[in-house]
Amino acid sequence: MTKKLLSGDEAIARGAWEYGVRFASAYPGTPSTEILEAVAQYREIEAQWSTNEKVAFEIAMGASIGGARTLVAMKHVGVNVAADPLMTFAYTGVNGGFILVSADDPSMHSSQNEQDNRRFAAFARIPMLEPSDSAEAKDFVGAALEISETFDSPVMLRITTRTAHGKSVAVLGERQEHALRNPGKIDREKFVMLPMYARRRRVVIAEREQRLAQFAEETPLNRIEPGDRRVGFVTSGGAYAYVKEVWPGASFLKLGLTNPIPAGMIRRFAASVDRLIVVEELDPYLEEQIRILGLPVEGKSIFPAIGELTPDIVRACLAKAGLLEAAAAPTHAAVDGLTPRPPAMCPGCPHLGMYLALGKLRDATITGDIGCYTLGALPPVNALDTCICMGASIGTAVGIQKARGDGKNIVAVIGDSTFLHSGITGLLDAIYNKSTITIIISNNGITAMTGGQEHAASGHNLRGEPTYSVDLVALCKGLGVEHVFAADPTDHKAFSQLVKRETQADHLSVIVSSQPCVLYPQKVKRGKYAVDAEICIGCGACRKSACPALLKSDQKTAKGHFKTVIDGELCTGCGLCASVCPVSAIQPVAKGV
Amino acid sequence: MTTPTTNILLVGVGGQGIILASEIISETALRSGLDAKKSEVHGMSQRGGVVSSHVRFGPVVHSPLIEEGRADVILSFEILESLRWLNFLAPAGAVLANTQKIVPPIAAAGLTTYLADPAAELTARVPGAVLVPADAIARELGNTRLVNSVMLGVLSTMTPLAEDAWRAVVAEFVPAKARDANLAAFERGRALRAR
Repeated sequence: MTKKLLSGDEAIARGAWEYGVRFASAYPGTPSTEILEAVAQYREIEAQWSTNEKVAFEIAMGASIGGARTLVAMKHVGVNVAADPLMTFAYTGVNGGFILVSADDPSMHSSQNEQDNRRFAAFARIPMLEPSDSAEAKDFVGAALEISETFDSPVMLRITTRTAHGKSVAVLGERQEHALRNPGKIDREKFVMLPMYARRRRVVIAEREQRLAQFAEETPLNRIEPGDRRVGFVTSGGAYAYVKEVWPGASFLKLGLTNPIPAGMIRRFAASVDRLIVVEELDPYLEEQIRILGLPVEGKSIFPAIGELTPDIVRACLAKAGLLEAAAAPTHAAVDGLTPRPPAMCPGCPHLGMYLALGKLRDATITGDIGCYTLGALPPVNALDTCICMGASIGTAVGIQKARGDGKNIVAVIGDSTFLHSGITGLLDAIYNKSTITIIISNNGITAMTGGQEHAASGHNLRGEPTYSVDLVALCKGLGVEHVFAADPTDHKAFSQLVKRETQADHLSVIVSSQPCVLYPQKVKRGKYAVDAEICIGCGACRKSACPALLKSDQKTAKGHFKTVIDGELCTGCGLCASVCPVSAIQPVAKGV
Repeated sequence: MTTPTTNILLVGVGGQGIILASEIISETALRSGLDAKKSEVHGMSQRGGVVSSHVRFGPVVHSPLIEEGRADVILSFEILESLRWLNFLAPAGAVLANTQKIVPPIAAAGLTTYLADPAAELTARVPGAVLVPADAIARELGNTRLVNSVMLGVLSTMTPLAEDAWRAVVAEFVPAKARDANLAAFERGRALRAR
């Protein structure tokens, strides 16, 4: 018996391998990204990054229809993108077992919202499992595949940031091969959702829900842990561990299957305890359903509905409700007023050159998108006016022009991976509807924010094998953009002039701003730069780039301006600062120095 | 360490190898026959932001997160960061802090202030805090990335986990070509506490 510390993401990948998954797909998104990275180690699973979550879902759906056990993984907001196939695949049902992993991010550690995707499982009328730790994450993959095939339904496996990234002990097993199910002809009345067939399936789904409700009463995924009868906690996922920590002796109804809920079991449990309390992160999802059963239940009157729970919060809330003694105040206090450390773009990051040029525009409106470059909204760059969701920069910029009537000085900033994910359709709309905005594709050749994943223009696939790479300039021209420019953001003067000219022009333009990410696929190694303090006039033009390698020197000019010094350990040699310097004080460091 | 579960809070700045260090501690606990859980958040924080990793081990561990006032050890990879998390320290808990200062770009640019003498602030608040010149030792050994193993060496003298398990896991988890250097750094850390 091999025990191993696995993250929830790694445990799901391991579970996929052990329980015979043959195909897995995803688009990267924190905290789900590591699932497919871990799946890629298992040669028996055909695994891939897809261009977006909808496509990842559709290909996985096809693999299931083709008979394979299948897994598709995405972050919570990715499910919004994949919702179209999800809502109808829920009608058709599966062939090979199918798992949708939804990795939610309560507290928005790396996300733009904290939507509770348990609502999606109820909305789509599909079963949902919620593991509390890595051992369950692995086992629940097997259970989910069984449920999927037995009840003919896609199954959601819902995790949160803490269960995805936290590591705990799991026992490893061997792979069970599962042959393709019904590999012959596809059942058209099941998979062609013409209204006449869909109406029939709608009835089948209602029957499925009834059978699942019965299953929920019997499955060991749900269990009662009897204890102190004064309080009975209904809980699931990460919240279970926190309550168990602060009140191990209480009575628990621990739900592994959270759609549908086991009504009978909940009634029995409620009858066995004095107070019934639901502990759940985010929405009162379980609480509302239990209230509909007519049971007196508490939940959000005690616990917050915003942000993730912690054992501290659970203890404090139970203390406030008079159920538990409050924790003694810590003997030490955190020191207030320390400098924050906001996440920043890297030394030599190619986004910096783009923002330096955009910073010189007067009264520009700049719509942003999802990626490292979203950090350009923060000081000291302060460049972005909007950032809503993947791909939205282009549509938003077009809409601002529609409202104002003029596309001058309206810029959309979008990364390469995000453009391929869902920017292309926005661009096509901009062309079709005669927009005259300026679009900058900040092309660093990789999906950087999530840790350097390959994409359709990076030249490699999930396993690092060489593959076709789309040419972004040719793509934009092919769509019909007349003014497409390939540009280098570290060549400041030329880049800045181009941006200035195009933002004033009365036509749609796309600037493909290309330089490699300094971290991925490997750290760039280039000759470094240094400042000649004799020549530096302390104008600070270079430091406006916000490159972390550029520091104020101890030396001042006669006029009292700080000169610049380059931190040689941080400099990655992009040369942006040298191209900005008006007096050529910044030069490459000679080799051997 | 009065509770059956040992709580270690690792803190520092993105890019310092804190996640690897917390994996080494958790794995050492597992190989010492204990249950272990650890938790941190990846993502945006890696871009030079504040990083914290919770490690808990004992006979049975439920929550992966440490409660305030319950950390047996705060293992701080950067001196200022030790101050940010002192509310987690147990009444009899220990602070081990690398004396290295990492000034964030916004403080370097003068938009915020980096505390003048964080080490003095720490010892004023926690008189028994152990100040570890891990960065200096790592430079002496020829690689600033060895800070990690120096800190783990110091920590290893303060936990109930087996010495041999520590060495085996460090050797296994660090990059193969840096194995000997890391083991040397680990021993230097141990020696600091032995004195």
